[in-house]
Amino acid sequence: MEDTKKKEQTSTHKIGIYLWIWGLLFVLSFFSYMVDWYQFQGLLRWSLILFFMFLKAGLIMAFFMHLFWERYALVNVLLWPMTAIACFVALMVAEGKYTLFSRLFYFFVGG
Amino acid sequence: MSEQKIVDYEFKPGFKGMAKDTGSDQTMFKGVHWGKAMMWIFLLSDTFVFSCFLISYMKGRASTPVEWPNPSEVFALDAFGVPVPLLLIAIMTFVLITSSGTMALAVKYGYERNRKMCGWLVLATAIGGLTFVGMQAFEWSKLIHEGVRPWENPFGAPQFGSFFFMITGFHGTHVSIGVIFLFIYAYKVFAGHYDEQKRGWFTTMKGDYVEIEILGLYWHFVDLVWVFIFAFFYLW
Repeated sequence: MEDTKKKEQTSTHKIGIYLWIWGLLFVLSFFSYMVDWYQFQGLLRWSLILFFMFLKAGLIMAFFMHLFWERYALVNVLLWPMTAIACFVALMVAEGKYTLFSRLFYFFVGG
Repeated sequence: MSEQKIVDYEFKPGFKGMAKDTGSDQTMFKGVHWGKAMMWIFLLSDTFVFSCFLISYMKGRASTPVEWPNPSEVFALDAFGVPVPLLLIAIMTFVLITSSGTMALAVKYGYERNRKMCGWLVLATAIGGLTFVGMQAFEWSKLIHEGVRPWENPFGAPQFGSFFFMITGFHGTHVSIGVIFLFIYAYKVFAGHYDEQKRGWFTTMKGDYVEIEILGLYWHFVDLVWVFIFAFFYLW
């Protein structure tokens, strides 16, 4: 009895919250499409793309995947490993620049 | 829910609660169904697979001296004779978000033991996913027709094709598997397997609407990956 009560506490939420998030996701997707429509370039373009992307990803994970309501023990186990990805991205940015440099240097300049 | 007794279940927010849960000498994810925890662990590993693809795409694109094809033009579609940039991709994004929303509602109605509503919403999600896969098949055949191959394409850097087919193909495979399971689970919901606590095929676990939430986690993840693909591959 007590168990079922607790279960309900953690798993059902008002329909309004889902509809709000749903609507927000549509609006944000529309905005990120508009970034391409108006052909923003440079810093503005990729900062807007990243901003909308992370906002959308955060909303989906927090509310549709219920992470906002989960216990910290689970949330932290899931989110901290992802920082390794940021590390990998930083490494590969440096590597990509080096590869481009070597290609230009040896293929076009001739070493 | 497992039958084993969990003491000190009370929820404590923040890192204090986490320290209490982790150091409790009992199950760590209290109140979390094992299937749900396992699905999360799987999704975490899948996150790394997709990141590897996207990072290799970033590295490939950053390191080629050849001009990268402009995705805004490559993926443009003619609407009434006017090329609209990324039209099909935008529609695909909206279809996937729609199906994600219906899935979230299906989980909610499942926990409220509203069998009919839950079943219809899972079915709607499945149809949304099927539409997405169909449009992706159309996109692929269009690009193949235009001469895009994994080793060459008429628009620019030859790496473009291999990254495109690899990333969207892997994502499309995930969607297809999800659609198959969505249809199966829609049947199971309508047949009342979760109300009667009927056991599944490969498990002695009693049927419970938590399975809809687990399936929902997978489906939202597919949508989540698309958010990143849309940003990095199509918009960047």
